[in-house]
Amino acid sequence: MILAGKAALVTGASRGIGREIALELARQGADVAVNFAGSEAKANEVVDEIKALGREAFAVKCDVSNVVEVTEMVREAIDRFGKLDILVNNAGITKDNLLMRMKEEEWDDVININLKGVFLCTKAVTRQMMKQRVGRIINIASIVGVSGNPGQANYVAAKAGVIGLTKTTAKELASRNITVNAIAPGFITTDMTDKLSEDVKTEMLKQIPLARLGEPKDIAKITAFLASDDTSYITGQTLHVDGGMVM
Amino acid sequence: MAEVLERVTKIIVDRLGVDESQVKLEASFKDDLGADSLDVVELVMELEDEFDMEISDDDAENISTVGDAVNYINSSK
Repeated sequence: MILAGKAALVTGASRGIGREIALELARQGADVAVNFAGSEAKANEVVDEIKALGREAFAVKCDVSNVVEVTEMVREAIDRFGKLDILVNNAGITKDNLLMRMKEEEWDDVININLKGVFLCTKAVTRQMMKQRVGRIINIASIVGVSGNPGQANYVAAKAGVIGLTKTTAKELASRNITVNAIAPGFITTDMTDKLSEDVKTEMLKQIPLARLGEPKDIAKITAFLASDDTSYITGQTLHVDGGMVM
Repeated sequence: MAEVLERVTKIIVDRLGVDESQVKLEASFKDDLGADSLDVVELVMELEDEFDMEISDDDAENISTVGDAVNYINSSK
């Protein structure tokens, strides 16, 4: 167990990649605050699974784009665990549309959750991590934030923003022994990617040298690794976990 | 007043590793006491804890000398 005794907060942890990250951190020994926005029942399932592993966990409802809710969520996590070692900014949504047809609201919603949310959560945990003189922040970006992707101007802009934010935060907090890294998943099988048409999926498979879709556990295991003490000399990086799609 | 200055001085000495004699009211954290921006943020955090108060980001930006900190604490008591 590489995370024994650690306390973590994972945003968007009720489903998909976030759910698997929360479970993997727990398997590696961490206590986990399981954030959700809508699916309380699913969040509670994750909490139950973590408790079955013998770790502490609780579900916390919070819209990551709301500063008041974020502050309260982080306070609760620190109150419950007495500290906070790991933040995984995973919460994200998509509202795809061609740029020509994208509504301002679709742009704002995605930027608010996927980019502003990372800023708010990061800011909120920084105080505690600075005091502890150690911390791990892991941002789940996306490979399309590096490569671009038609139909996802809002999502791509947000994810590219997350990668830039990762680098800046890494530089600002390095002297306090807090590392900040991003993971850029490629095509991972989740509810989010299930929405894509078969044609799009077939087309994407052609671009993946490892010739398969990724699974949430592929991301979760890298997240646990980046959260561990073994990675104290890596910061500001974006790890592509995408089957070789973008090199 | 004296008590506040004493407690503030102790925090500054601990955090910035400076000599107590350098901690004068007019001393600037950055220019005279060798603090970087993050050090100042941390100092403000520690003052909040020490004096059990919340200092808003806007107010924190105006705290640049030892005297600023002491005055702020005294005025919000």
